[in-house]
Amino acid sequence: MEALIQKKSQKRTHTFVFWKHKLAFASVILLIIFVVTALFGNMISPYAPNTITGSFSAPPSVQHWLGTDQIGRDVLSRLIYGIKISLLVGVSVTVISSIIGIVIGLVAGFFGGKIDAALMGLTDMVMSFPYILLVLVAAAIFKPGLLSIILILGFVDWPGIARLVRGSVLSLRETNFIKADQLAGLPKTYILFSEILPNAIAPILIYATSVMAYSILDEAALSFLGMGIQPPTASLGNMLNGAENLTILTERLWLWLPPGIVIILLVLAINFIGDALRDSFDPNNHYK
Amino acid sequence: MRKYVLKKILFAIPILIGITIIDYLFMSYAGNPLQMIHGPKVSQAAVHAKEIEYGLNKPFYIQYLVWLNQILHGNFGYSYKSFQPVSDLIASHVGPTLLLMGSALFISIALSIPVAIYSATHQYSKGDYTIVTASFVGTSIPSFFSALVVIYLFTVKLGWLPSSGMSTLGENTQFGDVFRHLLLPVIVLVAATMGSNVRYIRSAMLEILQKDYLLNARAKGIGRFLVINKHALKNALIPIITVIGMQIPLLFGGTVIIEQIFSWPGLGLLTMTAVLNNDYPVIMGVCLLTAVVVLITNLLTDILYAAVDPTITFK
Repeated sequence: MEALIQKKSQKRTHTFVFWKHKLAFASVILLIIFVVTALFGNMISPYAPNTITGSFSAPPSVQHWLGTDQIGRDVLSRLIYGIKISLLVGVSVTVISSIIGIVIGLVAGFFGGKIDAALMGLTDMVMSFPYILLVLVAAAIFKPGLLSIILILGFVDWPGIARLVRGSVLSLRETNFIKADQLAGLPKTYILFSEILPNAIAPILIYATSVMAYSILDEAALSFLGMGIQPPTASLGNMLNGAENLTILTERLWLWLPPGIVIILLVLAINFIGDALRDSFDPNNHYK
Repeated sequence: MRKYVLKKILFAIPILIGITIIDYLFMSYAGNPLQMIHGPKVSQAAVHAKEIEYGLNKPFYIQYLVWLNQILHGNFGYSYKSFQPVSDLIASHVGPTLLLMGSALFISIALSIPVAIYSATHQYSKGDYTIVTASFVGTSIPSFFSALVVIYLFTVKLGWLPSSGMSTLGENTQFGDVFRHLLLPVIVLVAATMGSNVRYIRSAMLEILQKDYLLNARAKGIGRFLVINKHALKNALIPIITVIGMQIPLLFGGTVIIEQIFSWPGLGLLTMTAVLNNDYPVIMGVCLLTAVVVLITNLLTDILYAAVDPTITFK
């Protein structure tokens, strides 16, 4: 009886893990498709994203698979360009905030004392600042656009990573191999970047996927509010902007449904991959 | 305990001051608000006179200190746009935001707890799998998109619910009417926050379910219901408090977008208008209020931890 329950439970576990990895696998494929679309956008897209190619607000047809927008630009071409922008923002923001977070976390955790207190105070400060407000205000001050969005989000998204890295450093600092390094008189920067950092990389990687997902969502939200990527440049967020207009919302679904669905698929793929990474780096807990 | 609270408050003060400085620095780089008010046609002399009146010709740190001094005296200044006192503006907009946020937070947590408990106690089952996957889908949908979808479905197609404002224009504000207006934005906010809530509480629950004291509770034979709802849930209070603590600042920001779409007359709408008009005093007032709320939330979270967990000692 006991064995039977055990077996049933095991079978369940396997099904679960299998399903989850199947999802992660599908997500990787989806993400590859998105990346390829973004990289070879110029060749794939039927028209240039910003040129007027047809009549206003034409419904989907053979020439325009997803129809045209209010001033006659091809929606599919703009969608492809929007994916490129979203991925660009996601990757750049993740890289910037990871670098800032890693450096601050390493320094705070390794040196401790007053440096730690000051850096963590700064981290708390950035964290307690209402996130969207900060971004909105910053977007209002610096001319809104691709570069400012990347910089603003990059300089706001690092506290989580800094805390994570600091935590890892604090526990790694007590391990014997780091103590041995210190006894051997190795330079501090070497210990930090070549001994501690590689051992703290797994949680950073997992956290980075969620930063990427969030930054893509935030860019879309900002562009939707008109404070992000500025027209005529297409972004998934500002393509949805027009849908606040009732006619577009009710009668021109092709204008706002596709960019919304693409954002969801993109973010979902990244989240599932992050989740699968969490599973694979943490073999003790199959899923938490 | 009192010492701990005092220490936490003392810790929060430099953070608060830091926030106001960053805030003020941002504002002063934003551009000249007088041109926004008067337009390009007004003579330089008139603008200059106004500058002196508002103290905008003084150096940055003096302006900041003057402003800080006023804040300490309870004066948040006047809106550049409507000339109303900022404290009045905030007071008249904070109610709708609290109503929206409070309902969304309450419903989100109240729904998340049973769903997460079901998911954790049925780990690896089909139901658990569905819940976890759905929670990922929930966190991946941008709230402005789900807002558009619910407006399309419930307002345009079905015509069941209103999608703009807090009450029907020209009618006396009645509870039922406000409730109907509240439904759509709350649905969107609950959908946006439930995913991460469920995952967080679920993983905390899973951890607790493996603990020895739960094995002991089970061994006593008090039944599955009591084991989960008395012993496990009590210990899951800490992660639940954490979730609430994390949600409040997020909701405070998240309502900006939702209030904008649903024309909900709260702080988010006020902020958005102020940002678009470079209305510094209003922006500063809202930012300060939000920062205070966030800091108080953090403080309360720490104190509540101690209240529910006797093993936490204050240092």
